[in-house]
Amino acid sequence: MIANLPFIAVALLIGIALATILLKKNMIKMVMGLAMLEGAVNLFLVTLGYRENGIAPIFTNAPEGADMVLPTVQALTLTNIVIGVATTALMLVLVMVIYKKYGTVNADKMRRLKE
Amino acid sequence: MTIGLIVKTTGRLLVPFIFIFGFYIVAHGHLTPGGGFQGGAVIATGVALILVCYHYRECMEKFIPVSSFKLVESAGLILFICTALAGLVVASGFLFNWLNATGGLFGNAVAYGINPGDLYTAGIIPVLNFAIGIEVFGALSAVLMFMFAGLKETTSEEDDAELPIENIHKGKKGGRK
Amino acid sequence: MKEAGSIFQPKVAIVLIVLVTLIFLLPAFGLTFGAPAATMTDQYYIDNSQTETGANNVVTAVVFDFRGFDTLGEATVLFIAVLGVAMIFRRNHK
Repeated sequence: MIANLPFIAVALLIGIALATILLKKNMIKMVMGLAMLEGAVNLFLVTLGYRENGIAPIFTNAPEGADMVLPTVQALTLTNIVIGVATTALMLVLVMVIYKKYGTVNADKMRRLKE
Repeated sequence: MTIGLIVKTTGRLLVPFIFIFGFYIVAHGHLTPGGGFQGGAVIATGVALILVCYHYRECMEKFIPVSSFKLVESAGLILFICTALAGLVVASGFLFNWLNATGGLFGNAVAYGINPGDLYTAGIIPVLNFAIGIEVFGALSAVLMFMFAGLKETTSEEDDAELPIENIHKGKKGGRK
Repeated sequence: MKEAGSIFQPKVAIVLIVLVTLIFLLPAFGLTFGAPAATMTDQYYIDNSQTETGANNVVTAVVFDFRGFDTLGEATVLFIAVLGVAMIFRRNHK
């Protein structure tokens, strides 16, 4: 059970990120919670491809006689990180536009101003 | 705080080294950890350093307009697509490695197994690395400059007075004790 | 008209968070860390990447040669995101 510590860390990170999104009222903190959720998913992807006592999958000056870690999940994680950057940038720009129009970043007050 | 002379000079001094380091990460993508995305992000860090040290309206809008970064980003994506389409014309399929082990550009053959790396190998992979590096650098710099354009910047008189901004223009006095 | 925050009262939110965390704890009991189950395609990539692509870095060979379409899609996503940011911050010069 203690050997599966990375998977327990993934579950805890997802719980904390969901708590930030649902319980906080400031919109920038909600965006931060979503970025943390993407970080937890990337950690899960990378720990799926680990082999015991493995080295990085690179042939340049590699140490002799060792297994290599699986390379496919690392490629998926690279793509996921870039997509996360694009999504976070768009969400932050939308928060800036909301602040310019309503004067506040508090989600409760913004809903009341509309009525 | 107003940005002092030491910060501006150090920022200008560090930017060429950041650019060279990012270019090294992009160029050696097929030999060491790294590649297009990581190197492009490192090069965009240099632009972010300049944006933090200088005021946006004072420096950036006069010297480097935002449209030049958009042009760089589009050029990177077009280079990627043209290199991939050339595989369709020359060899069997889209995104085929048509430069590998032919003796042309990046065409040496690689010894099998563990070896010290040779930079002139691996076919179209370094070309694609350069295209993606240029595109990520242009994209991240354009996003940064758009976000800074939307901010309202304080003048240096408002910075030194150490009061909330509304009270400065009402004529209240403040300042260091 | 519902008042603000009527669905996600703190009690409902906390129950939902605990439930989702317990569901995501299931991989910790089912998988083993350090012994992946399916390694056939990855072993093929490690054994044949130097002869087929000529790159020493297997991850770069996978990203740009064996799975190049994913990289093309990702470059397009980044381009569209910058397009959206530029559209929002457009100034109308009259």
